Amino acid sequence: MDKRLLRILPKVQKPARYTGGEYNQIIKDKENVDIRMALCFPDTYEIGMSNLGMKILYGVINEMGGVWCERVFAPWGDMEDEMRKAGIPLWALESGDPLTDFDAIGFSIGYEMAYTNVLNMLNLSGIPIKSADRHELTPIVFAGGTSCCNPEPMADFFDLCVIGEGEDMDRELLLLLRRAKKDNLSKREFLSEAAKIDGVYVPSLYNPIYNADGTLQKIEVLDGAPELVTRRLVTDFDKSYFPVKPIVPSTEIVHDRVTLELFRGCIRGCRFCQAGYIYRPVRSRDPDRLIKQGIESLENTGYQEITLSSLSTSDYRPLNELCDGLLDFCVPHSIGLSLPSLRADNFSLDLMSKVQKVRKSGLTFAPEAGTQRLRDAINKNVREEDLLNTCKIAFEGGWNNIKLYFMLGLPTETDEDVLAISDLAKKVLFLWKSHAVNKSKGVHITVSTSCFVPKPHTPFQWEAQVDMEEYRRRVTLLRDNMRAKSITYNWHDADTSLIEAVLSRGDRRVGSVIEEVWRTGGKLDSWSEYFSFQRWMDAFEKCGLDPEFYACRERSFDEVLPWSRVNMGVAPRFMWHEREMCYKAELSPDCRNKCTGCGALSLMNGGCCDG
Amino acid sequence: MDNLRLRFSKTGRAVYISHLDLMRTMQRAFLRAGLQLKYSEGFNPHAQISFALPLSVGMTSYCELMDFKLNDYISLAQIPLRLKKVLPEGISVLEVYEREQKFKNIKWLDVDGSFEYDERSASDILPELMDFFSRDSIVIQKKTKSGMGEADIAESIRSITFDEGDGRIRLKAIISAQDPTLNPELLVSALKQLSPQLAPDFAIFTRTQIYDSEMNVFR
Repeated sequence: MDKRLLRILPKVQKPARYTGGEYNQIIKDKENVDIRMALCFPDTYEIGMSNLGMKILYGVINEMGGVWCERVFAPWGDMEDEMRKAGIPLWALESGDPLTDFDAIGFSIGYEMAYTNVLNMLNLSGIPIKSADRHELTPIVFAGGTSCCNPEPMADFFDLCVIGEGEDMDRELLLLLRRAKKDNLSKREFLSEAAKIDGVYVPSLYNPIYNADGTLQKIEVLDGAPELVTRRLVTDFDKSYFPVKPIVPSTEIVHDRVTLELFRGCIRGCRFCQAGYIYRPVRSRDPDRLIKQGIESLENTGYQEITLSSLSTSDYRPLNELCDGLLDFCVPHSIGLSLPSLRADNFSLDLMSKVQKVRKSGLTFAPEAGTQRLRDAINKNVREEDLLNTCKIAFEGGWNNIKLYFMLGLPTETDEDVLAISDLAKKVLFLWKSHAVNKSKGVHITVSTSCFVPKPHTPFQWEAQVDMEEYRRRVTLLRDNMRAKSITYNWHDADTSLIEAVLSRGDRRVGSVIEEVWRTGGKLDSWSEYFSFQRWMDAFEKCGLDPEFYACRERSFDEVLPWSRVNMGVAPRFMWHEREMCYKAELSPDCRNKCTGCGALSLMNGGCCDG
Repeated sequence: MDNLRLRFSKTGRAVYISHLDLMRTMQRAFLRAGLQLKYSEGFNPHAQISFALPLSVGMTSYCELMDFKLNDYISLAQIPLRLKKVLPEGISVLEVYEREQKFKNIKWLDVDGSFEYDERSASDILPELMDFFSRDSIVIQKKTKSGMGEADIAESIRSITFDEGDGRIRLKAIISAQDPTLNPELLVSALKQLSPQLAPDFAIFTRTQIYDSEMNVFR
């Protein structure tokens, strides 16, 4: 280990997150490696190590002969200070080598607030942050993950973006890089070859041209790059790679357990939900295979908890069969099984009782909106009577702790919708009073609201976000009407939501704001300890951009959107139709009831959607 | 099987695993090895394992001890073989045996230390350092459960020697492990408080051996 590092580590908080050496990490002999990849997560170790996508890509890439993929995370502020003081560049955990030793630096970006971390991590590595300032072929700096469905805000920084699921695409990219190194290709030559790989978006091959009013006139395509970059996905998800030997961190992380992935995609079609649109179509894994993968993972890690992860776990058809199979192994081994994302409408108390034998933890539901009209408008197919019935059963079964999540500022929301949230909470409280079996400990109902952020590739991608003042008025309105003793009301601040809205639907010019924020000290923006709203506002002003232009402006169907060169699968016409249905407060059927022909099936090369 | 004891070393990257994280790491390693640790009864069952002397983060050790109980019988020789395959880098099994004496009989600890000086030469400092630690009484301010207190650490140092090599000072000391506990880092605190010009810019320590009150190696 670097001598300077030896001196630093005892001084920083939780040093184990900077040292690597965990069980199941992959160490390769550098002699037999010709491509080195740094898989970077632009947030802390605890967050990044909990990310299933990171585990999958780490495993998939390391299965390639001659390729060694290592992990890199963002250091916490105390560590960064020490590193900068001592002049130690950012390193990869497995080898301890600096990022400048790597051929490919790939960022997995799940949320926009991590953008400043990307710049900070590149800078900590001594690598120029802008693609145009990196002239050599290597290291090639690229990104993937949910946020890349609008690659434009980060276009100046990444050499390329991979759109969609990385299992196949990343391998193809690294093979191309190996060939490019052998053939001595220039970076430019490599990028135009890379643009031929399905799913690869090379920002330098797309040139945005703006109208006088600041909207996009068009995005020019250069050097024969594809007109439309179509998202890649794994068509045979059932048999696709799953990491049964994940790294076991030696220090505690956020989700410290085995995670099974039941299916990708979601049948529901909630109109605000980006994940529900950009991961279509639905592809499931066989329950027997999942049971096998779960048991193997538990045996390979020694974890004592396993969880089922998917967008809407209770929509997995053989869920009972899967749980029974896992419980057969878990119960005798004292391993806990936990179920997240249950829907209030098909909640099964049997299932909950089965998996939570010992402790009755809280139940969480996300009705998202207070009135049936607004729930219909956003296509959240939950009926009030279902939710109340579920709560009733839960109270009768001994649960005394319910969390309810809502969004404020949804399209078409009125004060009536806002106030209905407190009515709903009061109805839940009343149900507890009339149905609880054990009232000695009291009841705890938590209502949380967040501010709706319109996202690209959803029916609400054209929507205006309500401005901060209006959002605060609605929070106050709700707060003043939520005075019951057993009900706690939490709300998210509007300022992060505004920034998130700008970054989500920003164009290439927003990159200058991100850079300015970073230059003036911005990093770890998803942490309240570090986020500074003023810093962002100052940066917008300095760059001559208006955040409300991006966040609070309604777009027309004809407007050229910054992400219009990216095809995530669902047709824009379909999304526009869904938006119109919203304004009529009409529901669309879920994919299991009736296929609505969203367009995502075209990605499957003849395969089926398992909606 | 009760009364089992694991002796292991904690070196390299593993020295940054904290005491609490080490408990978790060991429990997971035993599960991977297919060895079922005995759990306590009750509402919140926990594995019945305990460590002899909690080790500070950053300190290397070649003499860590952990007591544990297993649900099922297995030959003693099998346990280290199984554990070896499933431990993270830097944690190595030395042996597993049935314990004969309790942790409370531990008294002395053998530590190696290395003092690094950035501005001054180690050879200049060496004689002064020897003088300092040959005092009969070294009274320092020390954090206790009830605020700050005073302690004479000289009584807790059975022997201490210094020599110089590679531009730094190496020390070997036998210090009190329990009743009272002398954290070797207090040797540096003593210098900082009483003779700051002798305090190293960086110090690391390694545990090499533990003894009972009669200076027999404790196992």
